[in-house]
Amino acid sequence: MDVEADIKKYGFPQWFKSKEHEFDSCKFGMWLFLVQELMLFGGLFVAFAMYNYLYPETFREAHHHLDKNLGALNTVFLLISSLTMVLGVAYTMRNQMGKAMLNLFLTFLLAGAFMVVKYFEYSHKIHEGLLPGALYSFAANPSTPENPQSLFFSLYFMMTGLHGIHVVGGMVCLLWIMYRIKIGKTTAERFGAVEFVGLYWHLVDLIWIFLFPIFYLVV
Amino acid sequence: MSAHEVNYLEEYKGKSFFERLMGWIVTYDHKRIGMLYLVTTLMSFVIGGVFALLIRTELWTPMKDFFDANTYNQIFTLHGAIMVFWFIIPAIPGALGNFCLPLMIGAKDVAFPKLNLFSYYLLVIGMLINLYGVLSGGIDTGWTFYTPYSAQTSTSVIAMVSGVFIMGFASIFTGLNFMVTVHQLRAPGMTWMRMPLFVWAIYSTSLLQVVATPVLGITLALLVMERTLGIGFFDPALGGDPVLFQHFFWFYSHPAVYIMILPAFGIISETITTYARKTIFGYNAIAYSSIGLALVSFFVWGHHMFTSGESWWANALFSAMTMFTAIPTAIKIVNWTATLYKGSIVFTTGMLYTLGFLLTFAIGGLTGLFLGSISSDKHFHDTYFVVAHFHYVMVGGTATALFAGVYHWFPKYTGRMYNELLGQLSFWFFFIGFNVTFFTQFVLGANGMPRRYFSYIPEFQDLNQISTIGAWLIAVGVFISFSNLIISALKGAKAPANPWGSKTLEWTDTASPPITHNFVQDPIVNAGPYEYGRS
Ligand SMILES: [Cu+2]
Repeated sequence: MDVEADIKKYGFPQWFKSKEHEFDSCKFGMWLFLVQELMLFGGLFVAFAMYNYLYPETFREAHHHLDKNLGALNTVFLLISSLTMVLGVAYTMRNQMGKAMLNLFLTFLLAGAFMVVKYFEYSHKIHEGLLPGALYSFAANPSTPENPQSLFFSLYFMMTGLHGIHVVGGMVCLLWIMYRIKIGKTTAERFGAVEFVGLYWHLVDLIWIFLFPIFYLVV
Repeated sequence: MSAHEVNYLEEYKGKSFFERLMGWIVTYDHKRIGMLYLVTTLMSFVIGGVFALLIRTELWTPMKDFFDANTYNQIFTLHGAIMVFWFIIPAIPGALGNFCLPLMIGAKDVAFPKLNLFSYYLLVIGMLINLYGVLSGGIDTGWTFYTPYSAQTSTSVIAMVSGVFIMGFASIFTGLNFMVTVHQLRAPGMTWMRMPLFVWAIYSTSLLQVVATPVLGITLALLVMERTLGIGFFDPALGGDPVLFQHFFWFYSHPAVYIMILPAFGIISETITTYARKTIFGYNAIAYSSIGLALVSFFVWGHHMFTSGESWWANALFSAMTMFTAIPTAIKIVNWTATLYKGSIVFTTGMLYTLGFLLTFAIGGLTGLFLGSISSDKHFHDTYFVVAHFHYVMVGGTATALFAGVYHWFPKYTGRMYNELLGQLSFWFFFIGFNVTFFTQFVLGANGMPRRYFSYIPEFQDLNQISTIGAWLIAVGVFISFSNLIISALKGAKAPANPWGSKTLEWTDTASPPITHNFVQDPIVNAGPYEYGRS
């Protein structure tokens, strides 16, 4: 199976029936991948729900240490990035590659801004000693088995950390599709790569939309 | 013969050694990848089997015979972990699924051939990381990695667990690939209800692989974090709960039991119709019961924790749900048995292993109900009864079916016939050895011998020795099988395209071994997969 040669000659690999058939198959595969991602985070959400139920007072107290404003700012960044991502896909499909590249680059920048804000949040927590589990050392509010402050921060770091890894992964994918557009591998005819990175990016946003309220607001 | 019609094994014939080697290690051909999986997983089976023999031999007497208790703990852990993660989970989907599934639905390949090769290498990388773990301190937690012990022991838990994490992604991507393949790449006329039951079984397995495996991934990642950062999720001293680990672990690992057994069901549906020369009885029931089992399996994980302090109503609920899993399983067994009725049965090696499967799996399944009922589980929990039960399911079930499948499709894989006499001899050693080994363990368990212990009370010695002899009989059977397969692959008689008179596409529409592009003419399907009696 020489994939590259097939694409050059026919426009799609030959084990598919048509270009559309290939696109649909890849899209279905991408959705399954997203299901997998949801299950990956699902375990952590269950752990959060369980410990929040066991230690409601503790969690209410601990969440005051998170900066709502920074969290909200990050939410805004990701929401706008969703929009620019959609525009990036739409312009790619209409063969307006200049605008597509601009929007994809904006998405990349917003993702970067999200990570910068996260960096400040994390370093502030680390500085104060609000660290997960055994590393927790915030003297004003010690963690005990009955009042496990540290558990809240374990969940916070594990969940936002895993999400952060996904954001960085998204940034790498964005660079990759911009490169593909540049060298002409992704075109208005074959725009699958952009579409699928878009799907992934929306999932990353969606997970943040759940993370933000449970950690910063509700509890 | 045009270049396209060369069979897949001879694609690089006459090329340099380097090119032929690369033709194997960077191939996108699902048949070659299937062969890679077959060799890799059967090798894993041998390694895991050697550990099993070491365990059984050490248990010859209650005293120390060859190695001490710490080594014993490491060896039973490695036996379990290798058999589960290196062998049973990847074996049937990876080897037979890859090889047969695209052929059976009339496709040229899987939907994502590159991803397919990538999955294989994830498996290999996971294995290498595990090997590093073995060399740098081993592991003594048992294959279940239960906290709090796994968070404290000084052995290489991180390397073992990271390896399993990576192999998990191999499993996820394989499942994803097969699901898309089944949805998208069926030949014209291959409706869902005309798919061979093996395809249904692999499809259901894939569903579980995609949905359940990530939960294992995150659980193991948390265990690594527990060890490195002390996050405390599973540590009561920090407000965590060690039983949460068990919940997460079994949320994956119970469905994983079906990742291990559903593909075996698929093989049996193929072999039993072929060798009984009869249409399968209750096609729809078998197809839907695969999906049914996959779904029910998500709601029964709590039956592993009856003694871990679950609330009584959780126990009752999980116990009741567990009883439900017996229904789709029984539907299958009844339908297979009904298929045999008035069939003209041919006792090939593949059929012997198939019949062996029916017997041992039925015992394995039924003894599972004793463990699923709370009151009897309180007695049997963590005894050899449990060990015997899951070996009846995993070895008597999955491994036996795998052998049935390997013998069945061997001519298709290699283009050569195996030696029938040696094949049948291997079966009798394997089958008798298996029952001698594990039936005694039911008795031992019912009498209260706990699992995983290095020593036992002297009264148990006779039964333990019988069990050990059985293990060596299995080893003889496997040795005969492997010698047979290896020698036949090199020197066996040439196989015709359809030596068994099967009705599925991989036999009827392509040569043995198949050409690189699978079919000379794209198949068009206008009948079901088991139309025996009509020609
Ligand atoms: Cu179970």
